[in-house]
Amino acid sequence: MVEMVSRPYERAFEKHALANPEVLCISADLTSSCEIDKFRDNHPDQFLSMGMAEQNMMSFCGGLGLAGYRPFIHTFGVFTYRRPYDQLMASIAYPRRKVRIMGFLPGITTPGGMTHQAIEDIAVMRSMPNMTILETGDATEVESICEAADSIDGPVYCRVLRGSMPRLFDTPIKVGEMRELSLGNDVLIVTAGITTEEAMRATKALEAAGVSVRHLHLHTIKPFNAEAILDHINAVKGGVITLENHVTEGGIGSLVAEVMADNGVGKKLRRLGLKDTYAHGGSRAYLMRYYGLDALALTQGVEDLLGQKLGITETDLAEARVDAVHSLAKAEGL
Amino acid sequence: MWNIAVKNERTTEDIALGIRRRVFEHAMRNNGGYLSQACSSAEQLAWLYNEELNLGAPTLPMIPKPFGGVPHADNPDYHTGAGYNGPFEPEYDRLFIAPAHYALVAYATLIETGRMAAEGLEMFNKDGSSVEMIGAEHSPGMEVHNGTLGIGLSTAAGLAWARKRKGEKGRVWVYMSDGEVQEGQTWEAIQCCAHHRIDNVKAIMDVNRQQCDGAMDSVMEVGDIKAKMETFGAVVVEVDAHNVNDMREAAKTKHDGKPLIILANSNPFHAMPILEERFPRLHYVRFKSEEERARMNISIAESLGVDPIDYAH
Repeated sequence: MVEMVSRPYERAFEKHALANPEVLCISADLTSSCEIDKFRDNHPDQFLSMGMAEQNMMSFCGGLGLAGYRPFIHTFGVFTYRRPYDQLMASIAYPRRKVRIMGFLPGITTPGGMTHQAIEDIAVMRSMPNMTILETGDATEVESICEAADSIDGPVYCRVLRGSMPRLFDTPIKVGEMRELSLGNDVLIVTAGITTEEAMRATKALEAAGVSVRHLHLHTIKPFNAEAILDHINAVKGGVITLENHVTEGGIGSLVAEVMADNGVGKKLRRLGLKDTYAHGGSRAYLMRYYGLDALALTQGVEDLLGQKLGITETDLAEARVDAVHSLAKAEGL
Repeated sequence: MWNIAVKNERTTEDIALGIRRRVFEHAMRNNGGYLSQACSSAEQLAWLYNEELNLGAPTLPMIPKPFGGVPHADNPDYHTGAGYNGPFEPEYDRLFIAPAHYALVAYATLIETGRMAAEGLEMFNKDGSSVEMIGAEHSPGMEVHNGTLGIGLSTAAGLAWARKRKGEKGRVWVYMSDGEVQEGQTWEAIQCCAHHRIDNVKAIMDVNRQQCDGAMDSVMEVGDIKAKMETFGAVVVEVDAHNVNDMREAAKTKHDGKPLIILANSNPFHAMPILEERFPRLHYVRFKSEEERARMNISIAESLGVDPIDYAH
């Protein structure tokens, strides 16, 4: 059974901020939702409430960065780029301010529906010059996200998980690297964030069905080590499949497609994720099933990629669960 | 070498006249330009640079360097145009020119106050030059990118908060335009300054009641700017934008715990009355004919006390 960790961000941020006085805790009226309410109460001198005014917040943080501070912006990811896109671009990304954007509730990890679900954030941030993108997939990555983000010489956008989550990894994020979770030679599975746990479940069932799986987990999405992934792509016979908590345009599926096309790799690629659609409100498990983001969708994608039925059922996947996270997790309220 | 002793050798009114003359000459030679902005804002920018701002000597060459690339990890030598406003030291003020399309007037001000060579204006809007038409972050006297209206005051608020936290005496001044009050961000910035008691931010706004499409009242009415700003938490003083003493007095206004915003009511034809012929399209005056160009040349030259510009050469 995998260890479950509760609210790792809360502790990780406090530890990092107290060790770095130039770090400022910025909040946009979602303080407890982003697990910084205790920090606000215990360290008010290092906390700044910006209210529900994201446009001002982005430019204001640009000004803080100009003075040498490293503001950590806390709000839901979707609120950091949709409304204040211009301010994010002009006041933070262009001048390469060391602003660390902690975007909570990535993709469908919220029942808040379209307005709350950051489903195209990676596509937006990837197209923004000077922006770095990191994504967390487990408690260890959340514990190390502050230090990793704060090591960047420029702005960084982070997809951050909150609440209760599994510990899948035992080493912190090393910016620029990728995690090699299995090294088979039939199919390459590439995942990031919450889809990695799904792929780990699927891997067990796929291996049991005789498919040799190579599985990579990405925490650094931009800049991206194309050469490293190219070696993995070249190492598999049957093709590549990506699964992302994001639309299939502009995210990690596109990223892998670009690497393959740039290098003339003549292999099949299946991109799983939200297929040119908005999502709606519901539980994470429901949404992952409904939109085809879970382990079952992945095994079906591998069947499609290989052109053969593997006979993997939901029961097989249930037995292969790496933990009981979904049944234990609290409802994802606001 | 710029000599700090030259400060205040000339009157602010004289510098304002010099600014208008330079902008006029430039517009004549280039068949158009931001003439009306020189009419409305010359005294304000002259006053800021000649009297109010506490700036150190420029740190960048009098003749601006060519465009040196945008900020990027692979461009370590990148720098902004802030050095024309002096070094970033704790005791010195900063200036953000929020309406970046006032750049031509701002460059003329740098020249008139001895911070940039006259050759700088000849580079205006030339390919490969850093002296850009819409002031970029790397353009002389520009400290941050402000080309989208409404972001200047917020950036200044963030810097000012930080300077207060560090105990720095230098203030953060923002030059604003009245069209910016149509942007929601301006109001977010004022409420934020008030909430966090950021009172080392000072702004002077060119209230010329004009915007790109024409008179503001015809494009989007903004009502009583002073009353609205006060409600949002600023201390606001209205002045005549062409009366330097008004501005001097306004800057002395106490504004503990609140930002100070000086509303400088200006005349978009000031010192160039013939421009009224072009009302309400004053944002960028491009001459419609050689006849108009010649007529305006003679009229404005006379108003400014100079000879008409020999723009054929």
